Amino acid sequence: MFDYSFHWRPVVKSLPELIQAGLVTLEIASLAMLLGVVIGLCLALMRMNMKGPLKWFAVTWIEIARNTPALFQLFFFGFGLGAFGINLSPFTIILTGLSFNCAGYLAENFRGGFQAIPVMQINSARCLGMNSWQAYTRIVIPQVLRIVYYPITNQMVWAVLMSSLGMLIGFRELSGETQFFASKTFRVFEYFAAAAVIYYVIVKIVLGASRLLAMRLFRY
Amino acid sequence: MIQIRDLHKHFGDLHVLKGINLDVNKGEVLSIIGSSGSGKSTLLYCINGLETIQQGTVHINGTDVHAKNTDINKLRQKLGMVFQQWNSFPHLTTLENVALAPRIVKGKSKEEALELAAKQLKHVGLGDKLKNYPVSLSGGQQQRLAIARALAMEPEYMLFDEATSALDPEKVGEVLDTMRLLAEEGMTMICVTHEMSFAREVSDRVAYFHEGIMEEIGPPQQVFEDAQSEHTRKFLMNVR
Ligand SMILES: Nc1ncnc2c1ncn2[C@@H]1O[C@H](COP(=O)(O)OP(=O)(O)OP(=O)(O)O)[C@@H](O)[C@H]1O
Ligand SMILES: [Mg+2]
Repeated sequence: MFDYSFHWRPVVKSLPELIQAGLVTLEIASLAMLLGVVIGLCLALMRMNMKGPLKWFAVTWIEIARNTPALFQLFFFGFGLGAFGINLSPFTIILTGLSFNCAGYLAENFRGGFQAIPVMQINSARCLGMNSWQAYTRIVIPQVLRIVYYPITNQMVWAVLMSSLGMLIGFRELSGETQFFASKTFRVFEYFAAAAVIYYVIVKIVLGASRLLAMRLFRY
Repeated sequence: MIQIRDLHKHFGDLHVLKGINLDVNKGEVLSIIGSSGSGKSTLLYCINGLETIQQGTVHINGTDVHAKNTDINKLRQKLGMVFQQWNSFPHLTTLENVALAPRIVKGKSKEEALELAAKQLKHVGLGDKLKNYPVSLSGGQQQRLAIARALAMEPEYMLFDEATSALDPEKVGEVLDTMRLLAEEGMTMICVTHEMSFAREVSDRVAYFHEGIMEEIGPPQQVFEDAQSEHTRKFLMNVR
């Protein structure tokens, strides 16, 4: 039964392709996070400040994103929309699905961040003659960004790892590429072990970059 | 000059200010005393437009604070406000805390604003803390920072809402000294306070509030020694 012998040569040979695919993973996660942060901020502001349909739109988005499996969300943008004749490319499906999911989680992080800023901070700014835009952009948002910075970093790590779902809709990010080589060569364990190492390295790079950026951004 | 006429403020069913009439002249220091919930803070918020009013008027140098076409942000530059909680902006150094509003509200150049900020911080005795973040300052220091921040807008009036109530007892003196200094320099001030010695020694007039009514107003001597209203006498007996 233990006659499986490891063959690393094919893995080493396709390492350039795997690393390339790792960059695709990093790219898709970064794009999804960029969209997720912008949309999440909007959702949070809609949920906190709006009434009626806009508020319920935000609440529904957040609820679905956070309380259903990410895989289902991805399948919805893939096969779900496909059933209605809307066929998106694998790249668009994974980007839409991940952004949808990240935006929901980040919206709640932002909401928590805003709620952590005492109203008196705004009042004090207004008493100095600032208008509400100035009070928000100069006083509130910088403090909120500080509060949500590490949650955003965590979400970025999560996005990197979750992008592996791309494999299931035929997108050739790191997992998709790994799967492709594994089934071609039958060196399943070797390929997925190598991919795991690459994921690990990507996450470490993300965390390191985040820490460096934090040192530059936050002086208090 | 601040002119308040027949000011009424309701929070829902709660009638918090019941027809206040009050004039505060340039250069005057007015202390407002009274028990908790009598509407002292609310009055200050109505003066600088942080709260809406239901009846009456407030005029600052002839401008109606609550009129629709009043530029409230412009008007507030004349009115410095210091709260019980000092509300330092934690993401900015003391220097930046003070320089921000002169720069973005008044449009001063960065150099000008920083110079002004440094001057104001020295004025309140924080000249050696310019590069500190508020988190490293004591409560008393942060409250003086709040005063410097308000002064940097070069206001004509300063409103203090129990500026010393949240401080450790040993820090109260340094903030009161700063307020005293301001009064001596001729700043027009309205000070809601529980510090009776400050009210007595520094103010030109003292007003006593009771359940939304200004029951008594006059020179400190008169209010403290010869109060006309029963409530005032009772209140003063209890705080002494
Ligand atoms: N935003 C608000 N909504 C509803 N009620 C309020 C609000 N602000 C104040 N009140 C009520 O109005 C009344 C007057 O409050 P205010 O804060 O002006 O009293 P105060 O004289 O400053 O008291 P204190 O000495 O405790 O600060 C209180 O009964 C208070 O509960
Ligand atoms: Mg009060």
